[in-house]
Amino acid sequence: MKGRVLADGAAAGLALVLDEPLSFWGGVDPGSGAITDARHPQLGTSVKGRVLVMRAVRGSSSSSSVLAETVRAGCAPAAVLLGEPDLILAVGAAAAEELYGIRVPVLNLSPAELDSIADGAAVSVSEGGEVTLL
Amino acid sequence: MRLVVRTAEILGAERLIPITGAHVDSCLYHGEATVDFAERLIDGGAQVTVPTTLNVGGIDLLHPELWRGDPVAAGRGRLLMDHYRMLGCKPTYTCAPYQLADGRPSFGEQVAWAESNAIVFCNSVVGARTERYGDFTDIACAITGRVPDAGLHRTDARRAVLVLRLGPDVPAALMRDDSLYPVLGIVLGRRAGSRVAAIDGLPPGLSEDRLKALGAAAASSGAVAMFHAVGSTPEAPTLDAALQGRDAEEVVDIGMAELRAARDDLTTADGGADPGTPIGIVSLGTPHASLAELRAVERELAGARPAPGVELLVSTARTLLEDAEEDGLAGRLRSLGVELLVDTCSYIAPILRPSPLPAMTDSGKWAYYAPGNIGVQVVFGSLRECVRSAVEGRVWRDADVWGAA
Repeated sequence: MKGRVLADGAAAGLALVLDEPLSFWGGVDPGSGAITDARHPQLGTSVKGRVLVMRAVRGSSSSSSVLAETVRAGCAPAAVLLGEPDLILAVGAAAAEELYGIRVPVLNLSPAELDSIADGAAVSVSEGGEVTLL
Repeated sequence: MRLVVRTAEILGAERLIPITGAHVDSCLYHGEATVDFAERLIDGGAQVTVPTTLNVGGIDLLHPELWRGDPVAAGRGRLLMDHYRMLGCKPTYTCAPYQLADGRPSFGEQVAWAESNAIVFCNSVVGARTERYGDFTDIACAITGRVPDAGLHRTDARRAVLVLRLGPDVPAALMRDDSLYPVLGIVLGRRAGSRVAAIDGLPPGLSEDRLKALGAAAASSGAVAMFHAVGSTPEAPTLDAALQGRDAEEVVDIGMAELRAARDDLTTADGGADPGTPIGIVSLGTPHASLAELRAVERELAGARPAPGVELLVSTARTLLEDAEEDGLAGRLRSLGVELLVDTCSYIAPILRPSPLPAMTDSGKWAYYAPGNIGVQVVFGSLRECVRSAVEGRVWRDADVWGAA
């Protein structure tokens, strides 16, 4: 699969397919990567090192900062695969790369492509947006 | 500039256009990454080139004694707020810059705003144009004075593609009640996601406070950056105008069952919806209270004080607090035991007194985020219900405008 690159990079990890959209601000503890949104069905699950699959986006414009802080704290997702082109997460990744030289690829894929990724599947993302199920 | 160009690429813009102002959310401390970014800008000698207001920060600079948390974290929050002032931003520290005389753009102006509720209000109610900018991009646009010519900066993208039609079972009495609007916002966010929607069937000429509550909730449950309320918002004198003369992609009827379910979701405390449930905290002013809302708190208190042990807190902008001080309103509210918070918000900073009892709010946004952010159980109600509940120390419910399920 080839995604549209919102923030480039290479990564691999186990997919974490979110049942509901997640706002990083108010929804993720950057110091641990844990989902803290009390309304989220995956409350308590950690995004750290996972290939996060999120069909829709929602919530706060502070999510750029929170994503960048997860990168600084070493608790960022390995990659973020989105069903919509989301500026806020893409910019969080871009800022983290500027500051720390660490890249978290953020890609936009079609809903059908996202559906083909099962929770827990091993996924790799290469530079330029190629997504491979391992 | 790299960030602005990156933004333009993501949005698919062919060129950049000038802006007349910005609202920057990056001044709220979310960890050292946020300080590192600001210091990178300061070290590079950056300054904003357009009038720029600042969103809430981590602490109330005017009332620092209200901070109950780690003093080191307070220091970092203050440092970041100062950093953005050094970059040339105005120290407004409010999430509702549209309530400030010098923070509100005119209809049709191109601006770069962050803060999800402010973005929605700017596009929908003011009719100025911004994309859904986040931290880092907001200050990058303010420094360059440019935004990508894309998305909601362009007329065609402001067209409603989804219509939410209020069903005939929604009673007129509920439409006159404040509590409908945040609940409708939650429904809007869930239904619309990031699409522009028009809401048809509301009374015309809705107050800005109601539109503010609606938009803030919609930007919490969804990624809404603009909506039209037919008959109230400037680009929707008619449904046809909101649709720009085209057909909607989807029309959804919203009835009482969906509204009641959304209202009930806003209350997380066990039994909290029922009258008589004891409460420990009432938090109002998310987004920051307008003067009209501060006056409504005084009116609903009617000279009474919160019950012993109940904290009644209202967040507002420092500029509006100044007006309320001059007017005597702030003094009267304080003398009745109301706490007034500025520059920050009670769900992002350790401000509220620890209480084993639930917190009550009139804000869909606060109800959405507070349980995760500060670990409280929440009861949702109208401003009137909140204030009277504070006085009684337990949940008080208005005459039942919501009807039985």
